[in-house]
Formats: sequence, structure tokens, C-alpha cells
Amino acid sequence: MADFQIEDLRVSVEGREILKGISLGIDKGEVHAVMGPNGSGKSTLSHTLMGHPNYKVLGGRVLFKDRNLLEMPTEQRARLGVFLALQYPVVVPGITMSNFLRTALNAKRGYDGKDKSKAIAPKKFRALLKSEMGVLHMDDSFLSRYVNEGFSGGEKKRAEILQMAVLKPEIAILDETDSGLDIDSIKFVSEGVNRMRGPELGILLITHYTRILEFVRPDFVHVLVDGQFVLSGGPEVASGLEKTGYAEWVKEPQAAAQEA
Amino acid sequence: MAIVPKIDVGDNYKEKYGFFDPEKYVFKAKRGLNEEVVREISWMKNEPEWMTSFRLRALKVFFKKEMPTWGADLSKIDFDNIYYYLKSTEKQGKTWEDVPADIKRTFDRLGVPEAEKKFLAGVAAQYESEVVYHSLHKELESRGVIFLDTDTALREHPDLFKEYFGTVIPPADNKMSALNSAVWSGGSFIYVPKGVKVEIPLQAYFRINAENMGQFERTLIICDEGSFVHYIEGCTAPIYTTDSLHSAVVEIIVKRGARCRYTTVQNWSTNVFNLVTKRAMAYGDATMEWVDGNLGSQITMKYPSIYLMEPGAKGDVLSVAFAGKGQHQDAGGKAVHVAPNTSSNIVSKSISKAGGRTSYRGLIKVYPGARNSRSFVRCDALLLDENSRSDTYPTTEVDEEQVKIGHEATVSKVSDEQLFYLQSRGITRAEAETMIVNGFIEPFTKELPIEYAVELNRLIQLEMIGSVG
Repeated sequence: MADFQIEDLRVSVEGREILKGISLGIDKGEVHAVMGPNGSGKSTLSHTLMGHPNYKVLGGRVLFKDRNLLEMPTEQRARLGVFLALQYPVVVPGITMSNFLRTALNAKRGYDGKDKSKAIAPKKFRALLKSEMGVLHMDDSFLSRYVNEGFSGGEKKRAEILQMAVLKPEIAILDETDSGLDIDSIKFVSEGVNRMRGPELGILLITHYTRILEFVRPDFVHVLVDGQFVLSGGPEVASGLEKTGYAEWVKEPQAAAQEA
Repeated sequence: MAIVPKIDVGDNYKEKYGFFDPEKYVFKAKRGLNEEVVREISWMKNEPEWMTSFRLRALKVFFKKEMPTWGADLSKIDFDNIYYYLKSTEKQGKTWEDVPADIKRTFDRLGVPEAEKKFLAGVAAQYESEVVYHSLHKELESRGVIFLDTDTALREHPDLFKEYFGTVIPPADNKMSALNSAVWSGGSFIYVPKGVKVEIPLQAYFRINAENMGQFERTLIICDEGSFVHYIEGCTAPIYTTDSLHSAVVEIIVKRGARCRYTTVQNWSTNVFNLVTKRAMAYGDATMEWVDGNLGSQITMKYPSIYLMEPGAKGDVLSVAFAGKGQHQDAGGKAVHVAPNTSSNIVSKSISKAGGRTSYRGLIKVYPGARNSRSFVRCDALLLDENSRSDTYPTTEVDEEQVKIGHEATVSKVSDEQLFYLQSRGITRAEAETMIVNGFIEPFTKELPIEYAVELNRLIQLEMIGSVG
């Protein structure tokens, strides 16, 4: 069994079944790309793994560290080491980025406001931010801005990767982190991700386009169509998609399902 | 870097503020209100004849006036069941050592002497009806700043007192101002001489300890030309099953080119009716700022007002109200434009949870001839659940054509997306809700001195924990 094991996951949204039996194993150290056209269930997969209340699990398990993730509240999944970089990061007015990052980091460290030894020391926290923000080409002014308020598309995505760098997850789900980004931003974001790659991190990279895969090279690529994987393989799958797109499956989803 | 409020789960109002001391007093008026009680209060204070008559006239007005038919439901108030005057100690302390030990302990627990040492230029501490401790930095005293309790000011500065007292809010203004005028006791008197800027805040702390107590402090602030002062008030009370009444009158005169900021962090226990009249007169190019936070009480009705009397006068009201279970915060602000080229800005932020109710009630009035006046009102309400309620009652009366008036209002809920986002970073739902609420009122919090901002965030946290449990 892989470190992070999705088994026969079925999910509905507003009464409609979107994921129709997904299985996928991710070991730490690996990068898995999930690619698919609009409406194939990519965001449903990412949100379900993190426990968004709008997604109803119909069946299956997600095993990580001997626990079924699907039975845990969102914050416990995060504390266990799962991270989701959102496609559309949410604005939280009045809360500064530095307050947000510190609160999140302290939550992960098990600081409940009582045992001060569990909270990160201000000096350490500053040093951590400084080095990670350098990689992402973010300046200090980020820290005093309110969470995602008035951020450009690129700033939002970089802020997501910064959070990931601070929280140091073991499994990171990047949900269309490349969408809406110019090439420079994709490079910065990719640099940030690549810096974290290593034997302690498994990545599930969800994307519509192959572009980001030029910068973050995947070990495995899975094609998701109509709630099921229709093709899985190495990086060559992405190269194939670049030429032909999803047309083959989208036109005839029934045939695609049989093929899988 | 912003200060992150510490989290004290399990802490609550009762331990922190809701404790009470055994009642001790050197004088306690009989329950209920009549001419005899009013005469007795005036006699106890050894007041001049004119003040005794002022009180008695006001009492007649109080009896004659009907209760307001608008606003919150005040039918529960039993005026006959209230103690209108309670004196707990014979003399006022100039040092904390002079204050009776049990009363000092109370203020220690509330952190008043500690705050005084750290960041205040002067402190008044009122316990029941009388101010029991008072201090002012020597340097300010030598520059002519007067900061006294209102009773002492009447004795020591009779002419200055008489010139301004009751001129901004006459007893007949409303039923509660009439009541206060009849039985007032304590409060702050501040005079800042021409050109003197009091850079460090002055603070008054109002504490009710006895059951069925009525506290009626009376505050009068005069900012002479070109001066500045920041006055902060805080208030708490023990939790009783029966009701108490707090009804203050605050009058402020801001003369040409002066600036006054008045900050309130109201945190009465939920058995207190809080019915307060606050009004300022701002003259040429003067600025009046009300920073008004209402967290506690059963019912609050309070609409800090600014009369913009001469050209260039400016008024700001920044109001925050938090209503939990069984609470109704009926708050807002009023700006009355009397002169041309005056401007006002009212921002109201309200939060309702667990069936609590907030109302914004406001008035913008522009008199004929107040040309080029500008006014902007913004009301934002945040509802934390389906049972809670928020209403907006704005009134605009404009009798001048050449003006700019704006009004914006929003009602929002804590969104699932925000909660999910914060929770996906390891933050619990309760903590996430608290963060969202603290973020919502941050335009208010950032106007407070940092020590109060931290305290306010913490209070919100306590309220939020109450809502989750």
C-alpha cells in the first residue's frame, strides 16, 4: 500500500455523482499529475480529499498514516500533514497574511494557546518567512496585507505555495495552481514547489494544461474523464495529451469508461 | 508585525469580569426614585443650591416623559427596583494604597493599575456611584489640564463647570438624560487648555458591583482651541439574575481647531440595561471622533452624536456592536450639519450570533445653508447563524441642495468557503470563526491603542467560544 492511498472513491455534489470510483496510490517522494477536461471531477477530488462540506462521499476510503482521512474533520487532515493549494484562494478581510500563517503554523504544532513552548518563536518565524518568500519573489509587504485581499492571480497562487512551504505537508494537493498565471508566475510557483520536492513530500498536481508539467516534472500522469481515470502512465501520457487533447475521451465518454 | 491574540479556551466572563465583592457601603439610598432620594444625593454631595434645583427639575421631566416607543424593548426595566445611589467609601484615593483593599483588589483583577503604569496619562476608577481613585500625570497638571471626577470639578471649578454643564444635552433631551440629570454621580470632567495636546490617553473605568444598582455617571469634556485629548472608558459588572441600569450622559465641547477622540469598550454583564446619551459639539475646523465598541449588556441604546456647528468641523463615528444570546445592541450614530463645509463619516460594524440582535440606527441631518457638507454612512452586518438578526434604520434629513450624502449597507454571513479555507490550514472551526469576526471588526480594532486591540480580540474570542459550546 502507498503512503497515501485513495481507494474506490465515489463522491456526489448536489445529488449528482461526480467521482465514480477513483483509486490512486501516492508514495512520498512522488509527483502524480491528474489531468482532465473541465467538469471531469478534478476539483471534486481535491476538495473531497480536504473535506469540503459540499462534497458528499458515497463510498471508498483514503488511507494516510493508518487513518481514514474521510472520517476526519478538515483541520485534522491538515494537522496530519495534508495540504491543499486552492484554485481560487479565499479572501479573509482584516486578517493579515502574517497572522494567518502564524496561526496556521501554530495550529499544526499543536499550540492551543496554553503551552507557549509549542508556539513558534517570533524570530524563527520571521527567518522562515524570509527565506521562503525570497524563493517565491514576494516582498515583505505581503505579510501586512489581508489574506488574498486585492491579490493578483499570481500573488494568490504564490501565497498558497508560501503557506505550503511554511506548513511543510507530507502530501500536497495542488489544484490548478497554474490556471490564470503568466509564465513568470508559473516559474516562481514551480521553483517554490520543486524546492520542496524530496523523499518527505508526495504531490498530487491537478491541472487542465500540460504547461506546468514542463516545470514540475511528474513521475506519473493520470487522465481523469467523467469521474474516472481513463489512462495512467509516466510523463509520456502528458506529452500525448499535449498533441491530441482530451477530444478522444470527451466525445465518447462511454467508450472511454470501457477502455479504463 | 501584528499581535496575535492569545487563546484562553475555557476562560469566561464570569471568572474574568463577572465576580463580585461582598457589598459594603457608607451610604446607600433607598430603593426606588422620588424627590427625597434626589435631595438626599445632592445633600450627601454638599452641592450648591443651583445643582439641587437642576436635579429636581430634571426629575419632574423624567416622570413626565414617556419611555421611547422606538428602539429596543425597555418594558422590563423596573425603575422602582433600582438603587440610585451607593457610596462605598468615604474618600477618594490619590494613590491605590488609599483605596479600600477589596475595591483595589477588584480593579487589580480588571488590570486597571497595571494599564495605568504602562500607557495612561491619567486614570479614574468609579465603583458604584462614586469615583474611588483618580490620578493625572504631574506634567499635564502643570500645563493646566484638568482631569477630575465630575463631583470634585463642581466643587473646585464652579464657574467653568456651570458654563458648560447641561449645555450640550439638556435634561429634557430624552427620558434617560432627564433621569441622569436628576441622579447623576461620578463621571469624568476634563478641560484641556488652548493648544495643549495630551498625547497619552486618559482612561476611566466604570464598575458596578452591587445588585440592582443604577450607575449614572456624568462626563463633561471641554477641548479648548487647538487642543487634543484621547479619553478611553471601559466598564464591566458582575452577573446577577436581576437587572441593573447604567445610564450615562456624556457632553463634549470641541472648540476651534481642537480634536477629541472618545473611545469606549463597553462590556457590561448581560443583566445590565445600558442607555446612554453621548453628544459632542464641534466648532470651526474641530474634529470629534467617537470610537464606540459595544460587546456586553442586555440592551444597549446608544447613538453618539456630533453637532457640526461651524465651517470645517468634522465628525467621525466608528461603532462596533456584538450581540449574543439574549442581547440587543441598538447602536449607531448621528451627525447634524449646522454649518457649511462640514463633514461626517459614520461606520457601523455589527455582529449577531446565537439569536442576538443588532440594529443600526442613525441620523444624518443637514440644515439649510450648510452648503458643501459631506456625509458618508456605511453599515456592515455579519450574521453568524440563522437565528440571529440585524436591522438598519437610517434616517436622512437634508434641507440643503448643495451637499454630498452617501450611504452603503451590507449584510453577510460567515461563508463556508472562508471556514473551509482556514480549516484546511489546520485551524479549528471555532478559531476560524473567531478569526473571521476579528477580521471583520479590524477597521475598528486598528483605531484602538494596541493594548485595547488585543483585549478586544480576546473578548471577541470569549464571546465566540460561548457561541460554539
